[in-house]
Amino acid sequence: MSRASALRVLSDAEIAEVHEAALKVLAEGGVFIDYPRALEHLAAKGARVDATSGRVRIPPRLVEESLRACPSSFALYDREGREALRVGGDEVHFATSSCAIRYQEGAAARPSRAEDLVRLVRVADALPQIDLVSTMVVAGEAPKTLADTYRLYLVLANSPKPVITGAFSRQGLPDMKSLLDAVTGGRTADAPLAIFDACPSPALKWTAISAANIMDGAAAGLPVEFVSMPMPGATTPATLAGSVVVHTAETLSGVVLAQTVRPGARLVWGGAPVGFDMRYGTTPLSSVEAVLLGVASAQMGKHYGLPTHTYAGLSDSKLLDAQAGLETAFSGTAAALARVNLIAGAGALDFVGTQSLEKLALDAEAAGIIQRLLRGVDVSPETLAADLIRELGPGADYLSQPHTRRFFRAESHFPGPVLDRLDRKAWEERGGSDALARARTRVETILKETEARSLDPERAAKLDQAMRRVMDARGCAALPFVAG
Amino acid sequence: MGQTLQDLREAILTADDVAALASTRELLAAGVEPRVVLEEGLAAAMLELGRRWNRGEAFLVEVVASADVFRQCGEVVEPVLLARGQKKAGRLVVIGTVHGDLHDLGKNIVGAMLKTVGFEVTDLGRDVSAERFARAVAELKPHLLGLSALLTTTMMEQKVVIEALRDAGLRDRVKVLVGGAPVTAEWAAEIGADAYAANAPQAVEVALGLVGAGGDGR
Repeated sequence: MSRASALRVLSDAEIAEVHEAALKVLAEGGVFIDYPRALEHLAAKGARVDATSGRVRIPPRLVEESLRACPSSFALYDREGREALRVGGDEVHFATSSCAIRYQEGAAARPSRAEDLVRLVRVADALPQIDLVSTMVVAGEAPKTLADTYRLYLVLANSPKPVITGAFSRQGLPDMKSLLDAVTGGRTADAPLAIFDACPSPALKWTAISAANIMDGAAAGLPVEFVSMPMPGATTPATLAGSVVVHTAETLSGVVLAQTVRPGARLVWGGAPVGFDMRYGTTPLSSVEAVLLGVASAQMGKHYGLPTHTYAGLSDSKLLDAQAGLETAFSGTAAALARVNLIAGAGALDFVGTQSLEKLALDAEAAGIIQRLLRGVDVSPETLAADLIRELGPGADYLSQPHTRRFFRAESHFPGPVLDRLDRKAWEERGGSDALARARTRVETILKETEARSLDPERAAKLDQAMRRVMDARGCAALPFVAG
Repeated sequence: MGQTLQDLREAILTADDVAALASTRELLAAGVEPRVVLEEGLAAAMLELGRRWNRGEAFLVEVVASADVFRQCGEVVEPVLLARGQKKAGRLVVIGTVHGDLHDLGKNIVGAMLKTVGFEVTDLGRDVSAERFARAVAELKPHLLGLSALLTTTMMEQKVVIEALRDAGLRDRVKVLVGGAPVTAEWAAEIGADAYAANAPQAVEVALGLVGAGGDGR
């Protein structure tokens, strides 16, 4: 249960102002959609469409109708068909980052490969603080035409946790659904295991692929998550308020596209807000501006009654160092206090371009601490313990009290082996390791001693068959781990 | 009155388009060689801006603004230069974001930064088809072609462009530089690009290494 009060950076009046501004942008300026099928569809639903320019102006009435059709929460299932978690309300879940192209090795990063993703998935699966496993890196061995499907293949084969993923092409979505159907026995729409990301191109543009993924995903009953990426001063106004307006307008246009295809479609109000550092032209996801944008955008999503997501709890550092710890804990705490339902970022370094096993282990510790923070302070006659305090009086020994034995577990969070709480002497005797070394040990222990939660042979064969069909269609003869 | 090249450089550096254009026109009217205005005024200012950027003293928004003023002034100088039978000194780079991709920020930054070292930059915009890239290479004869793709979904198009160049018999006439968030050196090698750059400053470095800036460039 969430007790700590929610972090808000917009007042109710300011939320209403952002809403009005976004409606105005959508109705009068509109969005650009590079996909004729979406243009025809939206025109039929009452949007003002200029087919030549691709500009779609959406009347407020259509936005309001679409919002009313959105479920305020939905269940995600694990690979075994059990309900794993609900997305919505005040629940906060931590997910690994997605879409990295590099794998961290020591202080260096190299292009990621299939075996890297398998290791990352196995470690994320074994870390109890990580609730969802995203398709964290692309496998360099896979041809680009099926790299999206192959990522999902490796995740499904190695972890039962719910998944956040996304397609790289229009065909990618049905291909990936065929993999999900193989492991769920065709129950992908009834008991969804994976959320599909669809990213607008800031500001206010949808590519043909994203628009197709939204329409096809909604039609197929797959949960769709909109990941708007405002970039203040570059692709959105330099003001945070203006950037939230763009984020809101983009996401609302996605909501309209999905809900007019299939009313009641499961959607997530997501985001990948960044800062834009004018000194380097870089886009830090853990900048304080990105954090403010993430919280503000989540407030908008909550205002509309949608489940929310943001990238947070990550770092732009190039290695697991003090900066990585600082940025991860800061942005993760802020997003969690805002009660963003899905916080994606565990394991990410370097503007989500690089994924690190050791960072995954460290970030799981942060997620554990943050979940405890959210539980806040439990106040009741028993926890206040006024009678006990009065009875025992000054100088009491609480260590020997039954009250202590009764409550200490529920009240305390015990971090895992990555965080050090030994006294100096004990710490020195055990090698005087730093957090990076302990994270490495944690990862090695998991990989060596934890049994992989692989798919059972029967479904593994079906998954391989589904992957094979996609490979055959793309002229790909062989890929690591896929049975011949 | 009595505009100097220093005034022009200052106006470019502060992205004061009104002052820069006035200064450019006045210098030309006063009989200063157009080549001198271009090289010692406009290009020199952009080179200085590039040096400031590298020292962390210039902000990107300022580089982009100055590059735009630089372009406007260049358009004033160019006809005078051509009338004297002279050509621009800078080497030509054609850039664009590939088909299906609507992101152009990274490409715009690269374009602005290339100008800071003296390249002449023609920007084809975003969502540019392979045919259009090939046509631009045939018609403009650039030294360098820069292909941007931000999405994992669209980086395939970089390969399509290179194949289109090959099919049109143009591949040997131009160096191809690829970039964008999901792009890697391995990908560049796989699709037969000449080079890869991870960010705008690196794109400048790589471009200089591949073809040199020509003219006043380093």
